[in-house]
Amino acid sequence: MSQQRFMQHPWSNWMKGVGPDADIVVSTRLRIARNLRQHPFPLLATDSQAEEVVKKVADVALGATMQKHGKFELIAMDQLSPLEKRVLVEKHLISPNLAEESRKGSVLLNEDESISIMVNEEDHIRIQVLLPGFQLHEAWEIGTKIDDVFEKHLNYAFDEKRGYLTSCPTNVGTGIRASVMLHLPALVMTKQINRILQAINQVGLVVRGLYGEGSEALGNLFQLSNQVTLGMSETDILSNLYSVANQIIEQERAARRYLLEHSRIALEDRIFRSYGILQYARTVESKEAAQRLSDVRLGIDIGIIKNVSAFALNELLVMTQPGFLQHHAGQKLAPEQRDERRARLIRERLAAEKSS
Amino acid sequence: MNCEECGKRPATLHLTKIVNGEKTEYHICEHCAKDKGDMFSGFGGFGGFGDFGIHQLLSGLLNFDPMTKKEGVGIKEGQGTVQTKAARCETCGMTYAQFSKSGRFGCSDCYEFFGDRLDPLFRRIHGNTQHIGKVPERTGGKIKVRKELEQLKAALQQYVAKEEFEKAAEIRDRIRALEQKITQS
Repeated sequence: MSQQRFMQHPWSNWMKGVGPDADIVVSTRLRIARNLRQHPFPLLATDSQAEEVVKKVADVALGATMQKHGKFELIAMDQLSPLEKRVLVEKHLISPNLAEESRKGSVLLNEDESISIMVNEEDHIRIQVLLPGFQLHEAWEIGTKIDDVFEKHLNYAFDEKRGYLTSCPTNVGTGIRASVMLHLPALVMTKQINRILQAINQVGLVVRGLYGEGSEALGNLFQLSNQVTLGMSETDILSNLYSVANQIIEQERAARRYLLEHSRIALEDRIFRSYGILQYARTVESKEAAQRLSDVRLGIDIGIIKNVSAFALNELLVMTQPGFLQHHAGQKLAPEQRDERRARLIRERLAAEKSS
Repeated sequence: MNCEECGKRPATLHLTKIVNGEKTEYHICEHCAKDKGDMFSGFGGFGGFGDFGIHQLLSGLLNFDPMTKKEGVGIKEGQGTVQTKAARCETCGMTYAQFSKSGRFGCSDCYEFFGDRLDPLFRRIHGNTQHIGKVPERTGGKIKVRKELEQLKAALQQYVAKEEFEKAAEIRDRIRALEQKITQS
């Protein structure tokens, strides 16, 4: 089955490590929430009502007008094993909520995995665009076109006063949530991060860890996203996020310069120690892996480590997650076994980089 | 950092809630999170990989419904709250009380049935109550026409009541034109 392809390789378009400002912005994500009129929201839908929504959405997504925006493949959650679902979550292609709790949840994925359309998540339709680097407006351009195609064929729940109606009141209005994944090791090292995070909370934006709500900022990765969806236009929401993210990027760059000028040896020492450990360790916990990979990533981005690509780092970020490790192994693994496999994977991947 | 609840195990779950710029943080371990039940439901399944169940948290965090407080604490029912409790979406059957508990609407018509009651909630979350972004081409146009139609029909009745038949006829023609426009699109 071709859907296996989404599970087998860790590669996704967003991991390319190219894109604008890729030294700090790992990826950009845009999500558009939409619902159909005259269908209960997924929370209340029966199996048959939920199936009807999948059919309607899939008909459009797999239909002729959508073709020029992407060739989609439909994957139903109940066709997948728990591990396979987890792999898709770790690749950021579906949400934990769709994987675990949805009724008749499905996802439509395009070929390079830059677009995923979740059906029967919290809302009937969630269009997600994932791009490498800092590409907020590009992501919106792609997302809004797909939205337009759906709108031509489906009867959206829309109200002039409230905008696009969503299951959760936190998404109503534009229904968009835009986020950028920022790698901010220097701001963490120079202890400026808390001050910045607090300032962010005051401008209507929110910061989360790598895997969304409630997750920790592992490996110095922070997800910055808009909070407000009602009463602001899409352009304003995106521009607001864009300019705040830009300021943070500048601050991170300044902090990196400062560290290079004032404590170069300590910085190099830290980076090379982590690089050394990852090249030789026999067992690595996920938390340690995230931290060490962050150090190596910083080393690459400021030119201290030269023979490893950012792509390899992004790939390792996903490959070293518990779900992917276990799927790769073809079996459930105990934590110690995972740590061993994780260490081996990292060793092998880094060795492959060196020889290439 | 150790868990705030038991103080023994390391805190593996970190939650930051921000209400009107006021920040509160929770740091708890997996074990206590499971014990917490409701508050952190949605957690589990993936073994420490859950989302935090923002909907369960939402009503507590925002505290936008007097009913939830009242039910727990036992304050006397005021007239206003009785009305709130009675609000019910006729399409899906969800009551306002249920909505405020789950933090999620049952269907798109809930917005209409709960009406202006939602304004304070939206103001708290978004600082706004009125959408100003993208409008779907097709639906948006129809809504505008429908609203205009309603207004015209009301005006028509007034003219008929006042026996101003010339003006009534004028309006009738405009209604016909609009209705045609709707059926054509």
